[in-house]
Amino acid sequence: MSEHKGVFVFSEKHDLALEILGKAREIADKLQTELVAVLIGHNLQDKANEIVKCGADKAYLADNQALERFQAEAYLSVLQSLALSCKPEIILIGSTKNGKPLAARLATRLETGVVPDCTKLSIDEQKRLVGDRMTYGGNAVAKVTFKKKPQIATVPARAFEKPEPKNRNGQLVKLDVKIEAPKTEIVETRPLETSNVRIEEAEVIVSCGRGLEKKEDKVMLDELAKALCGQVGCSRPLAEDRKWFSEWVGLSGHKVKPKLYIACGISGVIQHVAGIRDAKVIVAINKDPEAPIFEIADYGIVGNLYEILPALKEAVEKQLQ
Amino acid sequence: MRKIIVCLKQAVDVSQLKVDSTTRQLLIASAPRKMSDFDKNALEEAIKIKEKLGDTEICTMTVSSEDAKAVLREALAMGADRAYLVSDPGLKDVDTSGTAYVLAEATKKIGECSLILCGETSLDSFSGLVGPRLAELLNLPQMTSARKITVEGDTVTVERTLEEAVETMKAKMPALVSITREINQPRIPSLMMIMKASKKEIVAWTASDLNLQKDKIASKIELVEVLAPKTERKKIKITGENPQEIADKLAKALIQEGIIGR
Repeated sequence: MSEHKGVFVFSEKHDLALEILGKAREIADKLQTELVAVLIGHNLQDKANEIVKCGADKAYLADNQALERFQAEAYLSVLQSLALSCKPEIILIGSTKNGKPLAARLATRLETGVVPDCTKLSIDEQKRLVGDRMTYGGNAVAKVTFKKKPQIATVPARAFEKPEPKNRNGQLVKLDVKIEAPKTEIVETRPLETSNVRIEEAEVIVSCGRGLEKKEDKVMLDELAKALCGQVGCSRPLAEDRKWFSEWVGLSGHKVKPKLYIACGISGVIQHVAGIRDAKVIVAINKDPEAPIFEIADYGIVGNLYEILPALKEAVEKQLQ
Repeated sequence: MRKIIVCLKQAVDVSQLKVDSTTRQLLIASAPRKMSDFDKNALEEAIKIKEKLGDTEICTMTVSSEDAKAVLREALAMGADRAYLVSDPGLKDVDTSGTAYVLAEATKKIGECSLILCGETSLDSFSGLVGPRLAELLNLPQMTSARKITVEGDTVTVERTLEEAVETMKAKMPALVSITREINQPRIPSLMMIMKASKKEIVAWTASDLNLQKDKIASKIELVEVLAPKTERKKIKITGENPQEIADKLAKALIQEGIIGR
């Protein structure tokens, strides 16, 4: 096991790779080992420079037109050949819709374990990587470590902060890897039909659940959100069952950490709560005094959201003047 | 005949899971189990493909304890043709790598199939690793996060929901597709279907039936602890004579805390 060394970082999303690098730098320093970034794509020079500024000692560049778009087998072959030749101790991969399956398949090829969606990473007394992840539908946080190396963990967006770029030197190494032919063909890619706002970035979220009776009543939430310079969200049933929204907040949807989350007519099932756990302040408005949402709220109002929301909008506008 | 294999997990029903508030331990043993939601969507999709194209056999399989037969019965009642349970005391602590290995060996024993469907992730552990691991072990094309799936001839086309895009991807079958919950609304089986399903056979296999190798079953990760997160919320109830008074009090509290207005 001891022959494994180095912390490797990869994400096909550049911003996420940078976020992971900040934490990975800490881990590499603790283990007194090298921090290595892997870049796969085309025209990577600028990204490589930024990667070094954000903490990498070394960056491997698989720069090839055939790698411009994410293709599982092609990307996998680059990471696999690097892992076999460099024997990293830790591989951290961005937990995206493409990145997580990539990590799973890399681990399968390397006959090792993966801990997915780690929101915390640490090193234990035996110098093993320990990842914290939400499990049981948000009911619990599991601390998981590894029995084999390389230790592969995936890291979701916004778990760690992007480090401040510094003027520092790093080694750039161009790779010449035999790229595996993809088994799937991408026919078309088009932007997701969303409202173009990224709810993860909102400081204030006014969110509704099944307590909202008609789609048109969203206007009430829009108006309150506007008064608070925030955005509107919803719980899963409104998006998946009623189709009033295209996205939702929760474990299977967006995980958010706003300063203020106002849950209107949301009962507070554990999967929804898991998506808002990191909110600074949670306000719950619900007709049912027994609704579980009140258990995780800072401020609870038992009442009719059709009366409270317009009143709250008025109160906010009046008091913020 | 076209064969579709659907991988099912008997998951802890997380909505009914209780927590011991003093120790923060989860009372997992006493929590009810059910078919993992995402897998149910995968099964529904398999049934839809069969209804549309005919000439299809749907095989469901699970790696679990004996009591997972209930999940397989439900699958048969929904419309699956066959059910396979791999159960063995030696498989009690398998992780995603072990589970995928067992499923791969079971798939080989079931025989040639056109399509393997599984949920994008599971209701309880929410890892999303078994599907891709299985595709890798069987050397199959993998298409994850499918919100739409079309089978035509020997090609399967899916629409995948990515972070900022929808990707249409196709592959020659056999292939593995993992399914999101937005793809369909699973049917509820009729009493008649439930009665019929109760008479169908569930094939049970042990580790030795599949010649499973010990080192491949061995877990590659180690659970250090599982604890309910600490919730430190203020839980202040705001009351008043009328909605406006309540709203005024809330707005004032939020401004005082510095949460709004700066």
